[in-house]
Amino acid sequence: MTLLGHLSLWLAFLVGLWGAITGFVGGAQGRADLQQSARHATFALFAALLVAVVSLEVAIFRHDFSLEYVAAYTSRNLPTFYLWSALYAGQKGSLLFWATVLSLFASLAQLLTSRRHRVYLPYVAAVTCLVATFFISVMLFAANPFQRLAFAPLDGSGMNPQLQNPGMVFHPPMLYLGYISITIPFAFAIGALLSKQLDTEWLTAIRKWTLVSWLFLSIGLLIGMWWAYVELGWGGYWAWDPVENAALLPWLVMTAFLHSVMIQEKRGMLKKWNLGLIIGAWLLSIFGTFLTRSGVIASVHSFTQSPVGYFFLVFLVFAAVASFTIYAIRLPLLETEAKLESMVSREASFFFNNLLLIGLAFSVLWGTLFPILSEAVRGVKITYGPATFNYVNIPLGLVLLLLTGIGPLIAWRRASVPNLRRQFAVPVTSGVFMLLILLVAGMRDLGPLLAISIGAFVFATVIQEFARGARARHRQYGESMALAVVQLLARNRRRYGGYIVHVAIVLLFVAFAGMAFKTETQATLRPGESVTLKSPYGHMYTFTHVSVSQYNQLNREITAALVDIRRDGKPIGRLRTEKRQHVDALGRPTFEPSTAVGIRSDLREDLYVVLGGLVNGTEEAVYRFTINPLVWWVWFGGFVLVIGGLIVLWPGGGSAPGAGTRRPRAQAGYAVKLEAER
Amino acid sequence: MNDRVSRRGFFVAAAAVVGAVLQDTASAGRVYDPERAGRPLPPVTAGDNDAAIQRIEKRIRCSCGCGLDVYTCRTTDFSCTYSPAMHKEVLRLAGAGKSAQQITDEFVAQYGEQALMAPPRRGFNLAGYFVPSIVVLIAGIFLTLRLRRWTRAAGATAPTPDHVPPPNASAAELERLRQELDRLSG
Repeated sequence: MTLLGHLSLWLAFLVGLWGAITGFVGGAQGRADLQQSARHATFALFAALLVAVVSLEVAIFRHDFSLEYVAAYTSRNLPTFYLWSALYAGQKGSLLFWATVLSLFASLAQLLTSRRHRVYLPYVAAVTCLVATFFISVMLFAANPFQRLAFAPLDGSGMNPQLQNPGMVFHPPMLYLGYISITIPFAFAIGALLSKQLDTEWLTAIRKWTLVSWLFLSIGLLIGMWWAYVELGWGGYWAWDPVENAALLPWLVMTAFLHSVMIQEKRGMLKKWNLGLIIGAWLLSIFGTFLTRSGVIASVHSFTQSPVGYFFLVFLVFAAVASFTIYAIRLPLLETEAKLESMVSREASFFFNNLLLIGLAFSVLWGTLFPILSEAVRGVKITYGPATFNYVNIPLGLVLLLLTGIGPLIAWRRASVPNLRRQFAVPVTSGVFMLLILLVAGMRDLGPLLAISIGAFVFATVIQEFARGARARHRQYGESMALAVVQLLARNRRRYGGYIVHVAIVLLFVAFAGMAFKTETQATLRPGESVTLKSPYGHMYTFTHVSVSQYNQLNREITAALVDIRRDGKPIGRLRTEKRQHVDALGRPTFEPSTAVGIRSDLREDLYVVLGGLVNGTEEAVYRFTINPLVWWVWFGGFVLVIGGLIVLWPGGGSAPGAGTRRPRAQAGYAVKLEAER
Repeated sequence: MNDRVSRRGFFVAAAAVVGAVLQDTASAGRVYDPERAGRPLPPVTAGDNDAAIQRIEKRIRCSCGCGLDVYTCRTTDFSCTYSPAMHKEVLRLAGAGKSAQQITDEFVAQYGEQALMAPPRRGFNLAGYFVPSIVVLIAGIFLTLRLRRWTRAAGATAPTPDHVPPPNASAAELERLRQELDRLSG
């Protein structure tokens, strides 16, 4: 099987090269035979890579420790659940996973793209094959997952305990799916540039792909935050780690694109900008991969330092130069059709929304790379920590949140003063009212004050939009308000799904603001002893150390401490926190002991208990107790974000270009703009 | 007499110590296998929970390479061997009467500027803090000017009301449309 896998990689490499050449030549010369060959090469590439993946998984499940990769990332007693994820637990396997998923997406793009967008497909095949071939060449020449050892050890080293968490089973694939799927819109963009078909058709072709990409990136980021929170034990979910930032960058750029694309669709503007965003998003996804795999910046998430970083750096530079050269050559064909009618219009607000999203992306990139820049310029290493990131990015984020509310309230083309007054009255009142409530309640921290007040403003804009739309349907069609809301969502999924995403963003901002009020303490407790901690809501929590027990479970030896919790004297439950010593099949310790956090979560706050260790081998335990306010809302906000994204993504019912070509639809929501208001 | 009293005192004290030890053992007995619970830890002291000490430690980066500050690192997995040592150093310097600034300066002198979680706001580091905001501000000004130019250009080429072509609808239909729109706008 190992030989088969290795041969499959070589076959995939050759097929990928063939697909890239025939795709470009076939597209440029309009030769149907070459175009067909490129299409088939895409399918063959996927088949060859799938064989390689199956070969590696078989080796993993058979515990074939003659393979260096299997010996390095698995062991005989690794639970089956994590044997699956061993495929992408290490550098080499994850490269194979990446190339395979890319070839799958490339095949789906060939199969699912409608007839009228066929003109782009040879180039899509060429670009996707070229990118996949690059990944395969990295495997073949620098990081081969089928590399053999001189002798097979009795057992493998096992998987890093921090990766033995359900979050890590789903987080990397989701993030990879997000990263990888950006290649498809990028390939269409290059196809549009090369074929000179630069109207809005290519946007129609990639709309679903950009949403899929954005959704996977969102889910990947959220699961990553959850994993960091429950597994790493430092009490937070976002640390502005370089690898976290690398995933955030394409997400920010894709979010900007999803907004600016509406302007191109509705007004024919921003053609250059939109193409630039797609190219930029893809380059950032490769940049993120480079950061993760090169070891150029230290990160808790990154793979170990390896020579593949050089491959990625060269590829990144080549891809950037090639893409922007084609882009520059085609600039004369990208002139704007329409002009802006008013500074006070939806279009103008989207321009500023894009400015801030890209500004935020630049800011995150700047902070991530600033230590390298400082060392290059001054010869002095510095740390650009979370406090600095917050200092720089929170103001930008708050202005962006404000624009999230302002944008939908302003009419397309031109907004009049009466229109603005009517649209803004309730949301502004809501925001100010919230600000006053918080001030009266004694909140004085500027960041959370603004985040929650602006959040109330944005939330009110969404409620107002839904209420007006539902009321209009209620009057027009006699529907009940509940049915009218459902119909609004069903008939204009893009608009109202987008509003749901806005609600999710509000929830996330409010939840982030909650972390400003985190409280914590450490204590050494003997069984029966207690420590108290006051929550930001004024509740007094009492944590009582009950006992310590030790037992074996799966591939680990557990030391579990039980803590009894009381809120204001009333018992509310018990938490268990563990120290885990992972062992191999012979019972030998494999890694440093890791910590499993005890978490009790409710709508207001999380109780987060970490067992630090024991004093002199006795039941006397060292704990850290933390109260994290509003963390539940991060996960709920993430859930709402995904629901909103799925509503937008769901086929039909949207106002996407070309959607109206099928059959006339009933009015979606409402649209009012009287000439007399001008 | 004195000898007898002191001997009795000795036995009482010894009994008290033995009792205390036994009581300790009863309330915090040894676990089955201490090895699997990680590194043995000393009891938490007042200094460990001191808010001022924590504030200082949150400004200093742990040198183990985790990227976290000393406080967070030493209380996260409790397995780092660097952060407890750095914590002890902070406690020692604080005990010697040094201010927070003097303590961080000591760490910078020892480990370099990267010992700080946030670079000091001076010299080239100012670029780290303010370049993104300045870039966004300049881009915002540029965008505003560009949009203004576009709106003027659109205003100059837009048809005047006199030249707007009449809609292809009857007067009754237009009036009905206007009423519908009025009703919808609430």
